[in-house]
Amino acid sequence: MGKYVLKSLLQIIPVLFIVSLIVFILVRVTGDPVALMLPETATAEDRAVLTQALGLDQPLYTQYVKFLGSALQGDFGQSFRYNQPALELVLERLPASFELAVAAMFFAVLMAVPLGVISAVKRNTFTDLIISGISVIGKAMPNFWMGIMLILLFSVMLGVLPVSGRGGLSHLILPAFTLGVGLAAQMTRLIRSSMLEILNQDYIRTARSKGLGRMVVIVKHAFRNGLIPVVTIMSLQFTSLIGGTLITETVFSWPGLGQLLVVAVNTHDMAIVQAAVFVIAVIVVVTNILTDVAYRLLDPRIKYD
Amino acid sequence: MTGSNEMPIPGTEQEQDNGRAPTGFRYIWQQLIISKTGMFGAVLVLLVVLIAIGAPLLTSHDPAAVNPLNRLKPPAWLEGGTAEYWLGTDNLGRDMWSRIVYGARVSLIVGMGAVIVSGIIGAILGLVSGFYGKWVDAVIMRVGDAFMAIPTILFMLVVMAIVGPGITTLIFVIGVTNWVPFTRVVRSEVLSIKERDFVHAARSIGAKNGRLILKHILPNILSSFIVICGMNVGTTIIMEASLSFLGLGIKPPDVSWGGMLSDGRQYVATSWWVATFPGLAITFTVLGVIFLGDWLRDVLDPRTETTQK
Repeated sequence: MGKYVLKSLLQIIPVLFIVSLIVFILVRVTGDPVALMLPETATAEDRAVLTQALGLDQPLYTQYVKFLGSALQGDFGQSFRYNQPALELVLERLPASFELAVAAMFFAVLMAVPLGVISAVKRNTFTDLIISGISVIGKAMPNFWMGIMLILLFSVMLGVLPVSGRGGLSHLILPAFTLGVGLAAQMTRLIRSSMLEILNQDYIRTARSKGLGRMVVIVKHAFRNGLIPVVTIMSLQFTSLIGGTLITETVFSWPGLGQLLVVAVNTHDMAIVQAAVFVIAVIVVVTNILTDVAYRLLDPRIKYD
Repeated sequence: MTGSNEMPIPGTEQEQDNGRAPTGFRYIWQQLIISKTGMFGAVLVLLVVLIAIGAPLLTSHDPAAVNPLNRLKPPAWLEGGTAEYWLGTDNLGRDMWSRIVYGARVSLIVGMGAVIVSGIIGAILGLVSGFYGKWVDAVIMRVGDAFMAIPTILFMLVVMAIVGPGITTLIFVIGVTNWVPFTRVVRSEVLSIKERDFVHAARSIGAKNGRLILKHILPNILSSFIVICGMNVGTTIIMEASLSFLGLGIKPPDVSWGGMLSDGRQYVATSWWVATFPGLAITFTVLGVIFLGDWLRDVLDPRTETTQK
């Protein structure tokens, strides 16, 4: 097992290496960092000074090695907008985004588990049809529009929840719900199909024929096993959840990493963009590997090699 | 010499073709009539397509014409609304109806254009990766893993910030950054098909790699390829709207539903219609595309489970 975990951890290295290459190409090769960093009024002399200061007059591979070297030490340069190290700014915003993502996950599970199980147990009934309909609509609605509509309903018309910002629980409800709905829509469909498969298994029939109650069989025998594939796919959804925070945080002015990034992209604050993309990639890769390990621990049928 | 290759050989694709269910337009049409959700999706999509094509006939205002005197007029059925601007006007006095109608064009063009771009990249890389295997496959797949470690929307956002807004750039940026799911589907199909008897048979009578890929493997992955393309149009439409919402999609005077939503967000407290109608337009369009895509999957790729069985 330890050997397996070690092997998984080693896989992080090539992926992050390619990520660093992508980030480098994006920022250094496709664009002109000097033009992006200087105001439009800059003179040719200013440009030359900055080009030299950034080492942009050196060959590309030297630049990449230097970039990779400082990235490994956590140095992505200074944000010219905040005048602080970029990585520091990114890490400062992480707790707010983490709070939002966990709350969204919570909402998604809260909605998807009962809906998915019910629609599988009552398959092909009117209830199933309604639940499928809701999950398709949840998938079709852009989440930023739903966020605006929720603000309209709960903040403008009913006046019960705050419009934006971060504060107590009341500030968290609308953004977390908005971010959670898209996830819930996908999870509902997954839980449904996973439960359908399991409800047809022999051991479920055995459990029923022993005289166990319907609820006991559904919850203890079927649901526990139905959850395994859902956990894996949820970890894959984690990436799109992080992508979703970019938009949800913008809609609700939530002071997280997503909002910082959107502002940084719009103001061409490339140091922050580099640091944020890197940090997000690390989080995604590590999460995927951890879920993979957890999944293998949960399901003893899977071998470790 | 060339004629010998065209003869039906036992176990090759020609023989398997004969056992397959009838295809063609009539068959597809029959299947569409049977499926309620498929028909619903087709009607919705057709409606949006017709609106997009007939945009100049359906509107009497220029979607980009600014009129400060007509700022934030409510829809016709509310107090203060006029029949001239029946869905109201936005914060710059532009006609909401015209903007929604012209927004359909951008949505459809970007949605389909980007899918075509990622489809082409995915097909080529998937065929190469699945067919040749070894280090080629390893490199393509690891690069794919790295792409997947960066949320797609973030990737697009950064690239759009560098290359600047516009419809053509948007199509290519969404298309190029979204190649991984297409490549993975094509690759996994190729992996199973290249081990089938008819491919081995073709190889044993001397068919070259290029011929094997184009004549024997490609036709057999076509249905799952069309399915993955169909299922991605909806996602792509939402991606375009999201990028335009964040201010990095298309640029004026082109109209995007996502851009309209970003204007509407600021006026949601006083003028609800500016943010409501573009969102409804996106939701209905994507809903139609999803239903049509699900139906397409059921018809072309019967191995996968249908949503309503």
